[in-house]
Amino acid sequence: MIRFDNVSKRYPGGHEALSNVSFHLPRGEMAYLTGHSGAGKSTLLKLIALIERPSRGNLVLDGVNLSSVSNRKIPYIRRNIGIIFQNHHLLYDRTVFDNVALPLIIAGYQHKEIGKRVRASLDQVGLLNKEKSAPITLSGGEQQRVGIARAIVHKPGLLLADEPTGNLDPELSKEIMQLFARFNDVGVTVLIASHDLKLIKEMGSPVVSLNKGLLSHNDLDLTNHG
Amino acid sequence: MAKADSNQLAKSSPFKAWGINHLRTLIASLGVMTRQPASSFMTIAVIAIALALPAGMFVLLNNASNVSVGWDNSAQISVFLKHDVTENQANKLMDKLRLYEDVNKISMINKQQALKEFKKISGFGNAIESLGDNPLPHVLTIQPVVDAKRPDKIRHLLKQLNKQKQVELAQLDLQWVKRLFAMLEIAQRAIWVIASLLGIAVLLVVGNTIRLDIQNRREEIEVTKLIGGTDAFIRRPFLYTGLWYGIGGGLFAWLLTSLSIGLLDNSVEHLASLYNSGFQLKGLSFTEGLNLIAFSCFLGLFGSWIAVGRHLSEIEPS
Ligand SMILES: Nc1ncnc2c1ncn2[C@@H]1O[C@H](COP(=O)(O)OP(=O)(O)O)[C@@H](O)[C@H]1O
Ligand SMILES: [Mg+2]
Repeated sequence: MIRFDNVSKRYPGGHEALSNVSFHLPRGEMAYLTGHSGAGKSTLLKLIALIERPSRGNLVLDGVNLSSVSNRKIPYIRRNIGIIFQNHHLLYDRTVFDNVALPLIIAGYQHKEIGKRVRASLDQVGLLNKEKSAPITLSGGEQQRVGIARAIVHKPGLLLADEPTGNLDPELSKEIMQLFARFNDVGVTVLIASHDLKLIKEMGSPVVSLNKGLLSHNDLDLTNHG
Repeated sequence: MAKADSNQLAKSSPFKAWGINHLRTLIASLGVMTRQPASSFMTIAVIAIALALPAGMFVLLNNASNVSVGWDNSAQISVFLKHDVTENQANKLMDKLRLYEDVNKISMINKQQALKEFKKISGFGNAIESLGDNPLPHVLTIQPVVDAKRPDKIRHLLKQLNKQKQVELAQLDLQWVKRLFAMLEIAQRAIWVIASLLGIAVLLVVGNTIRLDIQNRREEIEVTKLIGGTDAFIRRPFLYTGLWYGIGGGLFAWLLTSLSIGLLDNSVEHLASLYNSGFQLKGLSFTEGLNLIAFSCFLGLFGSWIAVGRHLSEIEPS
């Protein structure tokens, strides 16, 4: 699903955030990406979502070499990725329902279908009763779950999450991680960046670690070409 | 991931999806505008005033032209032919000129006949006879077609007449009609200049409003890009907002013009009655009103298109 092949990323200004990173996350797998703050976790996720481009090396997503993807094609690649951010990125001028519906509207779903899917998605994150609420009236954990509902509503094949539990207490954090595990159970490939080592150990999925932009630990089998 | 969406059928057909998206955005962008009624109204009012000004001047000019159409019959061109032109040649010239599209009526005052009449009227019969030769030339009198909206036409006709080799001098008898037409022509050009400048002002106003709109919705644009919204999808609401500004501004400009003309009408009627004239001011016709709105829509759309082109690409998720 995701294959990094000697990928490096140097930001303008000269800082090398990733150096020669290689790993392979097979389809349907779930893995955690860890490392100290500034290790390059967010950068790695941004490369997958085409928010940034590699400086060197190859990055293949679902059989597509991302360096060959033109800017015009980026939206269509992103429609198959659900992205979850630490700071939610919700739109506060509209209801929970409208936030979650956004990916469906972009893809041109019919009105009736949008209602059905948004409710199914909100149901999965346990917020079915909040569809008419304004996001600002929800707690941090609830807002994060709205973000998750939005990321999965169009049934993407890949879920990326950047510090999804960053602001939450341990109990809520665990609930969120379990939610991701449930999506993985139904076949979604999941990659979660987190520095919460204790929680990650509890969850028991493979771990990839970065240290100053270098791959320092990899539970994923590099030879597995699945 | 290839079969990521197992339920493709739930998606509308591409064409229908396109239509649905457009309609949705069109209505949503109107909704966004009504959420900030004060600032939306101000933008619309600025557009309306900028457009009502040249539209009003255009209406007044049109009315002035209509007044002058009444002088159709009084405008007459006298064409004095050269002395050595015979009656036969004069007739030929007359036949030729009759075919000009700007010539309404043409007739000839024969020089023998003119002399006879002159003698009779003046009483200088003997004195003139002693001159021997008839001092008068043949004269053609022409009633030109008067098109007050094209005052340059009469000038052009005069020029043409003066170029004929048999013609000594062609002149428009009513100098003041000539002057009026010259003034109308200047006014017409002035209105075009003013309209162009104000049109540019409308572009800038819409462009600036949309630019602020884009800045205010930065977060929304970033999120939309992140979840796979194409540039066209993101551009659309801003273009439609510009279109709504255009529609609103155009309608309001029409209203302003009609109100202003209505206010003037009473005093104009009074003035006309002093001259025993039933003259009435005519406002914008329905077609002219629609043209005004169409022009305004174009400006709104074009203004937002410029702003979107310049500012939307600056926003990328990070
Ligand atoms: N847009 C950027 N421009 C320049 N440097 C950046 C940019 N984004 C991140 N960096 C640098 O790259 C390194 C990795 O950052 P990041 O990927 O955000 O790490 P993490 O998410 O693991 O904390 C950091 O040193 C950071 O300062
Ligand atoms: Mg980070």
